[in-house]
Amino acid sequence: MTAVGPSSVLSVQELRKVYGETIAVDGVSFAVRPQEIVGLLGPNGAGKTTTINMILGVLEPDAGSVRIDGIDIAKHRSEALARTNFAAVYAPVPGNLTVYQNLRVFGMFYRVKNLAERIETLIRQFELKDFRDTKCGVLSSGEQTRVCIAKAMLNRPRLLLLDEPTASLDPATARETRAKIREFAAQDTGGVLWTSHNMYEVEEVCSRVLFMSHGKILLEGDPRELPAQHGKTSLEELFITVAREPLSLETGVRAQ
Amino acid sequence: MNFQPVAAILLRQFYLFRGSPARFLPLFAWVAIDIVLWGFLTRYLNSVASPGFNFVPALLGAVLLWDFFTRVLHGVTTAFFEDVWSRNFLNLFASPLKIPEYLGGLVLTSVATASVGLVVMLVLASTAFGLSFFAYGALFVPFVLVLFLFGVALGIVGCSIVLAYGPAAEWFIWPLPALMSPFAGVFYPLETLPKWMQFIAHLFPPSYVFEDMRTLVAQGSVSYAALLGSGALAVADILLACWLFISVYRRAVRTGLIARYSAESVS
Repeated sequence: MTAVGPSSVLSVQELRKVYGETIAVDGVSFAVRPQEIVGLLGPNGAGKTTTINMILGVLEPDAGSVRIDGIDIAKHRSEALARTNFAAVYAPVPGNLTVYQNLRVFGMFYRVKNLAERIETLIRQFELKDFRDTKCGVLSSGEQTRVCIAKAMLNRPRLLLLDEPTASLDPATARETRAKIREFAAQDTGGVLWTSHNMYEVEEVCSRVLFMSHGKILLEGDPRELPAQHGKTSLEELFITVAREPLSLETGVRAQ
Repeated sequence: MNFQPVAAILLRQFYLFRGSPARFLPLFAWVAIDIVLWGFLTRYLNSVASPGFNFVPALLGAVLLWDFFTRVLHGVTTAFFEDVWSRNFLNLFASPLKIPEYLGGLVLTSVATASVGLVVMLVLASTAFGLSFFAYGALFVPFVLVLFLFGVALGIVGCSIVLAYGPAAEWFIWPLPALMSPFAGVFYPLETLPKWMQFIAHLFPPSYVFEDMRTLVAQGSVSYAALLGSGALAVADILLACWLFISVYRRAVRTGLIARYSAESVS
């Protein structure tokens, strides 16, 4: 199991969520350390988004705890969420506000200091200058994703949650976006929790991955070494095994 | 409570109103039409009724105050609906925004939007139909205040209902003022109502305001105790409404409804 030290930007302990008879997340524990990009992988319905929702405080766990930068989200929700931010394909910013208006409003929610300056930096960094006064609803999906990631960077979060951030981007823009997120992790003191179904991207970006299936973390390790450790030729092949035959990998593998 | 997130809610609404005549016009268009309609009706009633009773302060004043209450209620709920319509709950509630800050922002938005309607109604009613607010004197302020407080309370209850039952439940909210008006005694004394309706009416602060307003117009005096009581009742209603919203919100976080709000339920 991952060591959960006080320096972790995210510490998840024995997290559990049950919907009726369905166990969505089953005793999940992991940590994200500063400057680390951790991939949370798994097939659809594995429990990734449920886990992310609990980390974001929009879903209450049945058991377990979430600490962001050492702050327990159950006890100090606002303080913990001030240290995080997120971008997800299923959570676009309001389409009836312009790029600038959205960044300003969300910057105020996150109590960002020197907000005007921060917005200009992000508009420049994510090449949104031409869309500054364009309503987000009329942007292409790729442009909207860039706005969402810019919004997620507004408060220089200690923990950045990205749920399939490059899913709607063309390969060139996706590469630039990955570079910016790597830059964020390298320069700032934040850590990143990243979900993706693009295994090439995961190998390129993540320093560590967690494979989830049926609400549990089955595997954990370096995405460049894990496939060989389990007799697979690629991360994609390992992903497919996790999705189709999770039992073949379940016993004690995570301790490696 | 931090003022910056509260201001952010207000700023967002300002951006929406600034760029949208469809949002801005209803702030005053419907209440202006109401004042014109009831203004002519009171003028007609004054011409056919026996001299000595002036329908303008009794009826037109009542319409104005009731429309103000409606604008306050809809001011709170419409600001909330903007987040429903733009599916913004996840972004909003995954931010450091606290529930009192969110509700504070909705109320501030309502203050701004209802004030526009009130000013338009006051100007129209006084210039076109001779409604003089000297008829109410300084009591106009507590009348407006009690209606404002109860409008806020009912608005927050409306937001709670929509949060609990999904976006389609907004159709329960629009007719709330019409549903309440028979009990509020906007146009008639409460003694006109059957006993069971009178009992319900006394639970609603507006009924005291309209009773006092009629007494003031007819006799030149009011029951200050009743007015104070209605103010206290309205404050209690706001506290109850906030408790309801927080309870519904916590339940939505527990069940996962916030994260899957567009599904309307988690079952």
